Amino acid sequence: MDPLRSKIIPVTSILAGVVVLWYVFAVILNAPFQRDLDQRANETPGTVEFIGKTLSQPKPTLPAPHQVAVNFFENTFLRSITSNRSLVYNAWVTLSSTLLGFAFGTALGIVIAVGIVHVTTLDRSLMPWIIASQTIPILAVAPMIIVVLAAVGITGLIPKALISTYLSFFPVAVGMVKGLRSPELMHLDLMHTYNASASQTFWKLRVPASVPFLFTSMKVAVAASLVGAIVGELPTGAVAGIGAKLLSGAYYSQTIDIWSALVAGSIVAALLVMVVGIAGRLADRAMGGRPA
Amino acid sequence: MSGQSPAVVSASKLGLTFQTNDGPVQALSNVDLTIGKGEFVSFIGPSGCGKTTLLRVIADLEKPTSGTISVNGISPEQAREKRAYGYVFQAAALFPWRTIERNVALPLEVIGLSQAEQAERIKRTLELVNLSGFEKKFPWQLSGGMQQRASIARALAFDADLLLMDEPFGALDEIVRDHLNEQLLDLWDRTNKTICFVTHSIPEAVYLSTRIVVMSPRPGRVTDIIESTLPRKRPLDIRETPEFLAIAARVRDGLRAGHSYDD
Repeated sequence: MDPLRSKIIPVTSILAGVVVLWYVFAVILNAPFQRDLDQRANETPGTVEFIGKTLSQPKPTLPAPHQVAVNFFENTFLRSITSNRSLVYNAWVTLSSTLLGFAFGTALGIVIAVGIVHVTTLDRSLMPWIIASQTIPILAVAPMIIVVLAAVGITGLIPKALISTYLSFFPVAVGMVKGLRSPELMHLDLMHTYNASASQTFWKLRVPASVPFLFTSMKVAVAASLVGAIVGELPTGAVAGIGAKLLSGAYYSQTIDIWSALVAGSIVAALLVMVVGIAGRLADRAMGGRPA
Repeated sequence: MSGQSPAVVSASKLGLTFQTNDGPVQALSNVDLTIGKGEFVSFIGPSGCGKTTLLRVIADLEKPTSGTISVNGISPEQAREKRAYGYVFQAAALFPWRTIERNVALPLEVIGLSQAEQAERIKRTLELVNLSGFEKKFPWQLSGGMQQRASIARALAFDADLLLMDEPFGALDEIVRDHLNEQLLDLWDRTNKTICFVTHSIPEAVYLSTRIVVMSPRPGRVTDIIESTLPRKRPLDIRETPEFLAIAARVRDGLRAGHSYDD
C-alpha cells in the first residue's frame, strides 16, 4: 500500500481532530477568566468577539494551538541558538544529557543481561532488584542523586545523565535477557554438536539473535532517557533545558511557554525514537532481514 | 567384525529413562546395535519409539542411563569433542542472519580453519549438494528443499565420516523428497560416509538403506534389523521391483509386530 493512504491520511485526520478539540477546550477553559475580565471592564462583547478574546489571552489556562505555534516558532527559529530563551538551545542541553544517559543505560543494560543469562546466581538475585528499582518513583530519587553527587563534587551533565541511565537501563536489560535467550533449542544443539565453546555460542548465536530485541528495547529506553533528563532538571534548579523551561513557565504562569517547551520535548522524543528505529532497520537489512 | 575394522557405532544394552513430571519415561531400552563403516542405516518406527533419542545419544545430545555405547571406539562425548560426525536436524536450522556460504562456514569458524581453507570447503560442499551459485543468498530466499540441502552441506563441511540425519526430509513434499533421496544416495556413494538416518517413511527407509532398524514404542526398543538385498546403485524406479516391495513388506510387518494397536 502507498504510504499516503496507509499512514499519512489516518495520522493527519487524528491530528486535525485533536486540534479541533483543543480549540473547543481552550474556549471552554479560558471563558470564566475572560468573563471575569469583561465584567470588571464593563464590556459586553458579542459571541465571536468573546471567543476571539479567549483564544488570545497572554496567560491562558489552556493556550490555543496557534498561540503555542507562534511561541514555538519565535523561540525556535527567530532567536539566536545561543540565547537561553531559544528552544533549540534548551533542547540541546536536555538532549546532550539524554544521549549520555542513554549510552550509559544501554551499556549497563547489556552488561546486566549478559550477566543474568550466563550466571545462575545473578539470574536469581539480580532480577527482583532490577524490577524493584523501577517501582521507585523517579521524582523521589532524582533530587537525592543530584544532592549526593553534588556533595562529592560531581555537578552538571553527569548527575542528570545518571537519572536517564536509571530509567533506560531497565528496558534494555529486560529486552536483552529475552534476546540472548531467544535462540531455538535446535540452534543451541547445533553449536553443541560442533563442540563450540560458550564464548563462540555467545558471539555467533546469542548476540546476533538478540539484535532485534536490542533495538526494540532501545526505542523504549531512549524515550525513557529523555523523561529522565527532563525530570533531572526539575529539582536541580537547572537554568537551561526543557525541564528548566517547564519549571520557570510554571513559576511565572507562562502557560504558553510551558506548552511550547512540551512541544519541543515531544519533537525531540519523536526524533530520538525515529533515529533508533532507522538504525534498527539498517541493522536488520545488513543481517539479511526479509524486506517487509 | 570387531577384529579388523572397529565399528563406527556400537551399542550394548543401551537404555535411557527420562524423568518427567508424570514419572519416568523409558525412551530406550536394551538396544544392541553395531553399525559398520560405510553403512547406510535407517531407523524407522512410530513416534515415541526412541529413534530420534537414539540418534541424539550417538551425537552426545542425550546421555544414556544404562548400558554402553561407543562411537569410533570412543565415548560419544569424546567423539563429539573430536567432531566425529555431522548432524542434520528435522528443520534446516540455518542462521537467518547468515548467507548460505556463511552458514556453511559456521562449523569451520568454530573449529578455526583459515579463510582459504574455509572458502575451499564451502565451494566443495555446496557443489556436492548442487547449491553452487546460491552462496550469497539468505536462507529465506531459498525453497525448503534448498534450505535443507544447505544444512546438509553445513553438516558435510566438517569432513566427518559419520553423518547423523534426523528426519531431514520430513517437512518436504513428496516430489522434493524423492529428488533429495536420490541426491543423498549419490552423495553417500561418492563419499563413502557412514549415514544414520531417522525416518517414519517406509519407502524412504527401504530406498536409502543398506540396513533398516525397526523400532517400537513403550518402551523404545529395536524389534527387527533388516539387511537390504538391493544393489548399491538404485534408480528411483527400483521402488516398483518385487525385491523392493518384499523388503518394504517385511518392514511393515516388523512395525506391526512391535506396535500394540490397543491404544
